[in-house]
Amino acid sequence: MKSIETKYMEERERTLRGLAGLSRRDFLKVSTAAVGATALHGVFNPHSFQPVDVASAATVDPAGKVEPFRFAYISDSHLYSKDLNDRFVNGLMRAVDDVNALDPQPDFVFYGGDLAQLGQPQELELGAQILKNLKAPVRMMVGEHDWYLDLGEKWRSLFGDDRYTFEHKGVQFVTLNSVIEEDFWTERNLSPMERMKTVAGLDNHGQRPFTVGAEQRAWLAQQLEKVPSDKPLIVFSHSPLYKIYKNWNFWTDDAEEVQAILKRFANVVVIHGHTHQVLTNRIGNIHFHGLLSTAWPWPYAPQGLPPLTVQMGRPDPFNPNDGCGDGMVQVHADGLVDKVYALWNRNPVTVSRRYTLSGGKEDRPAAPLLASF
Amino acid sequence: MTGRHARTALATVVLALGAVGCKPASQETAPPPPPAADASGKTEVVLCDNHTKVTVDTKANPTRDDGEQIAQQLMAQWKQKNPGVDWEADERRAHDLVPAADNAGLVGNPQGQTYGAITDRDVLLWKSQVETFALAGSRVFHSADELGSTIAVSCDMCHPDGANTHPETYPKFQVQLGRTVLLRDMINWCIEHPVRGPRLADDDPKMRALEAYIYAQRKGVPLDYGRR
Repeated sequence: MKSIETKYMEERERTLRGLAGLSRRDFLKVSTAAVGATALHGVFNPHSFQPVDVASAATVDPAGKVEPFRFAYISDSHLYSKDLNDRFVNGLMRAVDDVNALDPQPDFVFYGGDLAQLGQPQELELGAQILKNLKAPVRMMVGEHDWYLDLGEKWRSLFGDDRYTFEHKGVQFVTLNSVIEEDFWTERNLSPMERMKTVAGLDNHGQRPFTVGAEQRAWLAQQLEKVPSDKPLIVFSHSPLYKIYKNWNFWTDDAEEVQAILKRFANVVVIHGHTHQVLTNRIGNIHFHGLLSTAWPWPYAPQGLPPLTVQMGRPDPFNPNDGCGDGMVQVHADGLVDKVYALWNRNPVTVSRRYTLSGGKEDRPAAPLLASF
Repeated sequence: MTGRHARTALATVVLALGAVGCKPASQETAPPPPPAADASGKTEVVLCDNHTKVTVDTKANPTRDDGEQIAQQLMAQWKQKNPGVDWEADERRAHDLVPAADNAGLVGNPQGQTYGAITDRDVLLWKSQVETFALAGSRVFHSADELGSTIAVSCDMCHPDGANTHPETYPKFQVQLGRTVLLRDMINWCIEHPVRGPRLADDDPKMRALEAYIYAQRKGVPLDYGRR
């Protein structure tokens, strides 16, 4: 009598061995075989280990200006110093290993913000040190946990500007600092650490909502001024750039104004951190995707969840890494993306370009076995 | 719990300050002797803690306003020496608490109480008392220090506003533990594992407060014990 774990590991081993050096046609065969093998165990568990076709084939758009490529992401590691908390450090190191194991390597690695938990120099330095182990180049974004101890001073000294643009293989990229809060600390005479801790509490109402801010919106408009409307655009933002739930700052207060700037572009993708979960939305031409955290998953907000989101499974509190992970973004010829959530210890979830483009009608990701309460 | 000590002390102070501000009923027939004045014409008023004091100009006939001013000065001093006494207001400012039932519909009902009809004051007291209890839980829930975490992790880091704690599903057979558990068993599991702190006794004031907060935040959800 073998335990479930042993059976699972054997099944996984078999599948992985079978996967080595497969063509796409053979891949489908193995896929079917694995389902058959699972069925042989007597219990068919749709969430057992099966090969999943992870964004292997990029669509070819003859009119496309983009040479399809992929980049990896890591986000929301919330590092304390190493001697205080090894748990979150291990999370980030695991993600770095995951990304380094990708073959071929992604074009670059995007870091989605909240590298530190309390914005302290030793936390940010530790993060920078771990991220140096990545083989691919890294693009950094700032999160509120990185920012509110010294208002970005240390972060900028390590990683440079908190907002910038770049061009990659025909796609225009913009990285924003979307965690700007109105000053709530001066009036209450808070110390930098008190301010940091107030912002660090997701359900702490002593703070103000996130914004991009008028000044940065003007900067954004100016940066995009000369970019033609048919050029694919990918925007990185720590906050979602739309409004989900204000109490947890799953929210950008001037989201509509930012969206208005992005409106004239044919295809826009917004990749955002902060929410630590599988999260999908589409507002007109803008396709939104969340990022997983390497530290902990957040519950889904009680209100405002976009209908397009297929929730990830309820994380198991007995597995310290469940609901966490990293992932990949496959950019297609039209600039739209397949977003891969590489959940640790679970099957990866792919939210495809086809899914968001069809408004959820096609290629729907599998529903979770255990939904949130 | 420190909060409880703080509250006791505060109650004593309020009583003491009441005595400063207005004449106690028992002394109405015989006015108190005038406070001892030194040569400089100053009077020293000492708080019931025997430490906190203010020095004021001696007056033959102090008014109620004079008394209140003294009380405020003493209170301000005492609060400075006892940071955290406003923990309840601080907690309310920082974190949402689902309000407790207010029972206003029972006011005037003669059936409910030992002494006559239920009053507005009764209803207010019940609400504020139970909310204080839940707020004490909120404070522990949101504090890695109160929880004794060795890795600076607190409950709210995975459960903002108490989300995803689903207290209505307990008791339940916790598959991962292989036994039936109560909410407090899962609280302790979380404290020992993700939080990495010392487990709490079932009747530990912190455990009782945590339970109060978690149940409070789930108000209105039907009980469904055993739900996976």
